[in-house]
Amino acid sequence: MKVTEKDVAYVAELANLELTEEERTSMLRDLNSILEYVDRLNELDTSNVPPMAQVSDRYGVDEAKQGSERFAYASREDVPEGLRKSLPHEEALANAPDADEEFFRVPKVIER
Amino acid sequence: MDPVSLTVDAARSAVQERKTTAVALAEAHYARIQKEDGQVCAYLTLSKERALEQAERVDRMAAEGRTLPPLAGVPVGIKDVLSTRGVRTTAGSKILEKYIPPYDCTAVARLEAAGAVVLGKMNCDEFAMGSSNENSGYGPVRNPRDLTRVPGGSSGGSAAAVAADMAVFTLGTDTGGSIRQPASFCGVVGLMPTYGRVSRYGLIAFASSLDHIGPLTKTVKDAAIVLRTIAGRDPMDTTSADVPVPDYVAELDKPVRGLRVGVAKEYFGEGLDDEVRQAVEAAIDKLKSLGCEIVPVSLPHTPYAIPTYYLIATAEASANLARYDGVRYSHRARGVKTLSEMYRRSRDEGFGAEVKRRIMLGTYALSAGYYDAYYLKAQKVRTLLTRDFDEAFRKVDAIVTPTSPTAAFRLGEKSNDPLAMYLADIYTVTADLAGIPGISIPCGETKEKLPIGLQILGKHFDEPTILRVAHAFEQAA
Repeated sequence: MKVTEKDVAYVAELANLELTEEERTSMLRDLNSILEYVDRLNELDTSNVPPMAQVSDRYGVDEAKQGSERFAYASREDVPEGLRKSLPHEEALANAPDADEEFFRVPKVIER
Repeated sequence: MDPVSLTVDAARSAVQERKTTAVALAEAHYARIQKEDGQVCAYLTLSKERALEQAERVDRMAAEGRTLPPLAGVPVGIKDVLSTRGVRTTAGSKILEKYIPPYDCTAVARLEAAGAVVLGKMNCDEFAMGSSNENSGYGPVRNPRDLTRVPGGSSGGSAAAVAADMAVFTLGTDTGGSIRQPASFCGVVGLMPTYGRVSRYGLIAFASSLDHIGPLTKTVKDAAIVLRTIAGRDPMDTTSADVPVPDYVAELDKPVRGLRVGVAKEYFGEGLDDEVRQAVEAAIDKLKSLGCEIVPVSLPHTPYAIPTYYLIATAEASANLARYDGVRYSHRARGVKTLSEMYRRSRDEGFGAEVKRRIMLGTYALSAGYYDAYYLKAQKVRTLLTRDFDEAFRKVDAIVTPTSPTAAFRLGEKSNDPLAMYLADIYTVTADLAGIPGISIPCGETKEKLPIGLQILGKHFDEPTILRVAHAFEQAA
């Protein structure tokens, strides 16, 4: 078993999930079964293989340039409301579970 | 003329030539939905007001004798992970049960600009995570071909609606096979375009390096028409590619004679159902008789695709789904005292079991001490899987495979075994990882009359070739 009950509790906390006792039990079983399957990746020697994070690295990129300049194709002028107008206050708050006329409202944040 | 069995072209022409009206087409589809969807459950929300307003606009244009745009009056359904201004968008999740987006997804805006009439929003697996549509927070979709079976997933509602004539076409999304596998299970056409071909602005993100938007249609030509409408650079999505959009429809009728079509033995191994194998082998023979040259190719890293996919997709999902915090637009638990309690309980109540499982797996794979062993390792294998295709496409113009190892399975058959469910995507995930386009088209039926899908994969941005092969096969079948 790779994942222990303690790991499940720790990862749930990182992920901001509470999980019931029952959910923790099934999570322990499922994560172990999936990770055991995933282990077959270790059959492959990848010591000289670069990681691939994005497909878009494959087009539009100017390989002659360095750093973010390589992705110049994706950039645009930085002008206020350049692509679309900001949402009106009222619309931005319309889906909030709790808000006053100006702000989203949440429980007190002093203590975690 | 049966108003609910029309293709895109036939529907538009009928409106243009005033044999019917866009309003009548929309009404006929709503009547069909009223009659059929109680059992199938393909729609989550109907947008009747918006649909009729758009249909009336199209009818006024037709009455004025103007030339109508390519999708004028064509009724369409939109997968519920795509934002629609003023129309509830849940992503199949209870956590977004009341969410009304303040803006439109670019793909939807482009469809409407071309005259399409949005009937409503399609049921799907929660946040597009699933292969059977059983993970929807609003109940499963049933396969219209056999109501005891799943329609596939995650775009199950999108595929079922096209199969049951409840929309002329629909939009779906594909992260690991979610357009092609349900298309295969329901006997319709499903196209996943190249990564970056279609803007994802307004798509509720699952795994950003893998998510694609594409059409589910009744014919290959319809898929070409819809792709032409939604493809192209969008300044609102930096991953949308600045690559010219060809006329996919004009390319359809080019001959396929002499095209080199690859067959990879890795896609015909253990786990492939015999009836599916026979149908796909017969399809390959058919392509040969049409003049294609069949070439054996090897994609040696294929057995590693599922583990790679489930590490990368869950890692990205765990980050993307962190935004559902109960503050700005998602469900908030009642009676909470502190901020962190609010986060945890809201997410606990709002997310379903599979979504929690994937958030947990992804968080684990990204956590300190495991990042290199899992996430980074998977990214490296992703490079190897992509190189397999690069190598193969030096020898061939397209690759054909089964879309799924089996025809549609029964509801409940795999829902208690996540790993068995993940393996339903075994032939589709690699194309998502590599970013290449793929299409699933019907290629026969099992003895029990369940549809079987043929998958055709192509080079980056070479949709014209896979559409052409698919079209030739469809015309010959």
